[in-house]
Amino acid sequence: MRIKTLLLTAAALMTATAPATAHRQWLLPSATIFSGTDAWVTVDGAASNDLFFPDHQPMRLDTVKAWAPDGTEATIQNGATGRHRSTFDVKLDREGTWKIGTAQSGVSGTFKVDGVEWRVGGRRGPPPVGANAPQPNFVASVDEIPANATDLKLTESASRNEIYVTTGAPTDTVFQPTNKGLEMVPLTHPSELVAGEAARFRFLVDGKPATNLKLSVLPGGKRYRDDDGLMEITTGADGVAQVTWPQAGMFWLNTSYSDDKPSVARATARRLSYTTTLEVMAP
Amino acid sequence: MKKTSLLIAGLAATPASAASVSVTIPRLNVAEYHRPYVAIWVEPATGGTARTVAVWYDVKKGGNEPGTKWLHDLRSWWRKGGRSLKLPADGVSGATRAPGTHKVALPADLKPGQYTLYVEAARETGGREIVSVPLTVPAKAASAAGKSELGAITISR
Repeated sequence: MRIKTLLLTAAALMTATAPATAHRQWLLPSATIFSGTDAWVTVDGAASNDLFFPDHQPMRLDTVKAWAPDGTEATIQNGATGRHRSTFDVKLDREGTWKIGTAQSGVSGTFKVDGVEWRVGGRRGPPPVGANAPQPNFVASVDEIPANATDLKLTESASRNEIYVTTGAPTDTVFQPTNKGLEMVPLTHPSELVAGEAARFRFLVDGKPATNLKLSVLPGGKRYRDDDGLMEITTGADGVAQVTWPQAGMFWLNTSYSDDKPSVARATARRLSYTTTLEVMAP
Repeated sequence: MKKTSLLIAGLAATPASAASVSVTIPRLNVAEYHRPYVAIWVEPATGGTARTVAVWYDVKKGGNEPGTKWLHDLRSWWRKGGRSLKLPADGVSGATRAPGTHKVALPADLKPGQYTLYVEAARETGGREIVSVPLTVPAKAASAAGKSELGAITISR
């Protein structure tokens, strides 16, 4: 029973575009600026309310990937998952800017068969069923929806949670957009963020500027102050958001977007989200 | 023979009024002292590319944690061009220096004009400080002083 609760909570957390009440998913690199090609970045991943204090659920590592500066996939090493957070390393053995993170997508929703409601997805599969629990009406994927289903209400969800670390001189290859879903293309390189200076980031939905997109930017270290320090920023007509960093430190940036243009057949809506953690240096 | 020719070349390339900067590394009374990493560079006053004059780091340290590992702690210099400099660099990189005053020649081929000279120091288990001094070429005397990791910085001709 306890296991079931935990798993359900975890599944709820992993939902791509969880409502604003959900815990915040974050990746926290040990640093974002390195020198040499013997550098290692060690990264924590978790979901919690206060940044960056792991006190709720660890991030699942099975979908975490890393990309070297040339865009090829790199290795995640020494992965481990604790009670409240996961941790892993990436060896930065080539100069340039690396991308590390997860991109997840899935379809969830409901349909009816003979007036009885069934549930579809999320991507974690059906909740575990105890011996005494009633069998839920559940299918894991859209493909399993029976032909006689009616009242389909399906939502596609896709989320990205990425961080960028640079050793040596910064490069831009890992910022090449795929033009699918919600993406960020920095106009100010993430390795050049300085307290007191403005940084600009362009947001794209399917490769087109995401206008009027609302971003939440939150500094870490919530426990050591009263105010949560939330900055709310909206993108302009060109999809560009400008953030002026109030101080140095790690900042969590999150935004989400919904529309009715899903890329999955039979879905009627989609929710997209993008999350990153940015390091701002002292001047 | 080689030494002599180098000396002559050095003399030939150095105008009579070659400027230099004296950088003072203060003696600090701390439990654990390591010599600081120091970068010295020049930027045009109106903005432009930074030119590294000197970077002092643990040049000889190799192995798992080579001396270059901490170069990014000179965070301003690193962002302004240190990160794209291939090290060690002839005439630029050198070993860390002991507390005291060290004289460094400024590039003789700087075009006349206004510049800013920066000195940045970062010390293991210690602090970091950056000091800037306005630099006029041909050089005029100027100076500034740090408060913690750097002492007097003096430009002289």
